Amino acid sequence: MPQLIVNNITLRFSGLTALSDVSFEVTKNEILAIIGPNGAGKTCLLNCISGFYKPQEGNMSFDGMDLITTPIYERTMKGIARTFQNIELFNGLTALDNIMAARHAHFKTGVIRSGIHFGKARDEEIYHREIVEQIIDFLEIKPVRKKIVGSLPYGMRKRVELGRALAVEPKLLLLDEPMSGMNVEEKEDMARFVIDIFEDKQIPIILIEHDMGVVMDISDRVMVLEFGKKIAEGIPDEIVKNEKVINAYLGQ
Amino acid sequence: MRRESGVFDVNYVQDMKIFRTKYHVIGMIALIAFFLSLPFFKNQFWLTFINSTAVTIIALQGLNILSGYCGQISIGHTAFMAVGAYSSTILAAQFGLPLWFCMIIGALCAGLIGILFGLPSLRVKGYYLALTTIAAQFIIIYLIKTPFPEITGGAIALQVPEFTLGGFKFETETHFYYLIITLLIMTTFFSKGVLRSKFGRAFIAIRDNDIAAEAMGINLYKYKLLAFFLGCFYAGFAGALWAAYARVISPDDFTLMNSIWQMGMLIIGGLGSTLGPFFGALFIKLLNEICLVAGPFISSIIPQIGAQISASLVEMSFGVAIILFLAFEPRGIAHRWEILKDSYRLWPFSY
Ligand SMILES: Nc1ncnc2c1ncn2[C@@H]1O[C@H](COP(=O)(O)OP(=O)(O)OP(=O)(O)O)[C@@H](O)[C@H]1O
Ligand SMILES: [Mg+2]
Repeated sequence: MPQLIVNNITLRFSGLTALSDVSFEVTKNEILAIIGPNGAGKTCLLNCISGFYKPQEGNMSFDGMDLITTPIYERTMKGIARTFQNIELFNGLTALDNIMAARHAHFKTGVIRSGIHFGKARDEEIYHREIVEQIIDFLEIKPVRKKIVGSLPYGMRKRVELGRALAVEPKLLLLDEPMSGMNVEEKEDMARFVIDIFEDKQIPIILIEHDMGVVMDISDRVMVLEFGKKIAEGIPDEIVKNEKVINAYLGQ
Repeated sequence: MRRESGVFDVNYVQDMKIFRTKYHVIGMIALIAFFLSLPFFKNQFWLTFINSTAVTIIALQGLNILSGYCGQISIGHTAFMAVGAYSSTILAAQFGLPLWFCMIIGALCAGLIGILFGLPSLRVKGYYLALTTIAAQFIIIYLIKTPFPEITGGAIALQVPEFTLGGFKFETETHFYYLIITLLIMTTFFSKGVLRSKFGRAFIAIRDNDIAAEAMGINLYKYKLLAFFLGCFYAGFAGALWAAYARVISPDDFTLMNSIWQMGMLIIGGLGSTLGPFFGALFIKLLNEICLVAGPFISSIIPQIGAQISASLVEMSFGVAIILFLAFEPRGIAHRWEILKDSYRLWPFSY
C-alpha cells in the first residue's frame, strides 16, 4: 500500500506559525484521528497534504512521489482525496453531477468525441454513472440525487461531499470534521459510513474530529496538535491518559 | 426535469437522453419541418432576420461555454468573431483557398488567439478578467484597422470571396438560410454534447467552486484555457460565417458595444443553459425590430422628440430590458421557460 511520509514540516503565515516541525507517517491501513483545540493547525496540516498550502520547510511524500512540488489536481489523480471543514460543493450542480464531476480523472474521452456523444463517449458516461449510483446507494442519498445541492440540508451536503471524495477512488482519504454540526443520529450514520469505507476499500483514513467519543470509537491511532506542534501520538487509550493532552484540553 | 408520473427511466441511457418522450421527438420533427419549409413563404424580411439571428446564436453559444458554464466573463467576444471573419476572408482572398475551408481555419485562429487572451484567467478572476477581455477588443480591432490596411482593408470595408460548396454557389438569402440553419443545428448538438460530458461538468465545477474543482482532480489551467479555446472557436466560426453571408465586413461590425450587447443577450436568455443563446438572441433582435418600427411611429405622433428616436429607442429599451431581467429574472428566459414547461406538463395537477 502507498505510504504517506511527512517530515518536519513548518508552515508560516506572515508572523504566525501555523505548523512547526510536524512529522508523522501513515504506513498501514488505519484510521488516524487528528485532534487538538481550535486553531491548533489541523486543517492547515490537511491543506499541506492535499496541496492548498505549501510548507516553507520540511518534505512530504506519498507513494514514493514528492508532494511539495506536485500540483493539487495531480495529488488527487494519485489518489489523495479529501472533504472540507466548511462544505465546498458545486452549488449549481445536482448531487449526482457533483459526484460525477469527481470521476473526472477517470474519463478518457476527448473533447471532439464528447461533442459528438456517440459510441465510446456514451458507453464511458454510462460506466461511470453506474459507479456513481453505487456510491449514492451506499451513502443513502438516492432520494436527493437529482436535486441541486445548494438546496439540500447541511447533513445531506456533508454526505454528498463524502461521496465526491469516494468517486475519486482514493488511496488515502482525508476527512476534515465530517461530523461537525450534526445531531447524534447523523453523527452515527457518518461514523458508520467511515467505518464501512475503511473496511470495504482497505485504505488509510485521516480524520479530524472534535468529538472525543467518536474518536475513541473509530480510530486506531490518535495524533494531537496544539499551537502547531505535535504534542502526542498513540492508541486512543494512551492518549486519554496523556498529561499533555489533558492539559491542552483543560487549558482551553 | 419533471415528467408525467408513470414515465420512468429504466436505464441510464434513457435517463441521459436529450429527447425523452415521444412528444419531444414529434415536436422536434415538426419544428424542423417548419424551418425547412420557411423559404417557400418567400418572405425576405424573416429570412434575413433568421439568418442574422442564427449567426448571433452560434457566437452566443461560444460565449455561453466560456462565461455561462466556465464562469470566465468576457466582454470582448465580437473581437474573436472579427479574428474568425478576417482571417478566413484574408486567407481565401490572398491564397484563393475555398472559403468553407478558410472558415474552419479562421475559427481555429480565433480559438488560439482566445487561448492567448485567456492566459490572464490563470491569475485573475471576475472584474479584472473582464477588463483584460476588453483589452482584447481594443488590441484586435486596432490590429485590423491600422498596421496592414492593404491586407485587412483598414477601417474601410473588406470584400469577401464567394462561398461555394462542391461547385454550388451560395447566392440568395434562401441558400444561406439552409446553410446557416444546418450549421446552427450542428453547433448546438456539439456544444450540448461537450457540456453534458466531463468537460461541461469540469467547466461548471470551476465556475461554482474552483478550490473544490482542483481538489477533484481538475487541472484549472487546462480547462480554463480549453473554455477560452472553445468559446472563441465558436465566435470565430460565427464571424467567418457572417463574413461569407454578408459578403463585406468592416471593423464597425465588431465593436465593444456589440460585445456588450452579446453579454446582455446571454444574461437575458439565460447564462449556463443550452436554450439561453436562442432566447437571448431572439428577444433582443425582435426588440430591435419593434423599436425600428415604433420609432418613426412615435415621432410622427409627437414630432417634438425628433426623427432620431429610433436609434436611441433601441439602446434605451435594451438597457431597460437588462435592468428588468437582472431585477426580476436574473437566470434569464430559459429559467422561466423551464418553470412554464413543468407547470404546463403537469397541468392540472401540480404536485
Ligand atoms: N490562509 C491563512 N492565512 C493566515 N492564517 C491562517 C490561514 N489559514 C489558517 N490560518 C491560521 O492558522 C492557525 C491554524 O488554523 P487551522 O485552520 O489549521 O486550525 P484548526 O486546528 O483546523 O482549527 P479548527 O478546529 O477551528 O478547525 C489559525 O491560527 C488560523 O488563524
Ligand atoms: Mg479546522
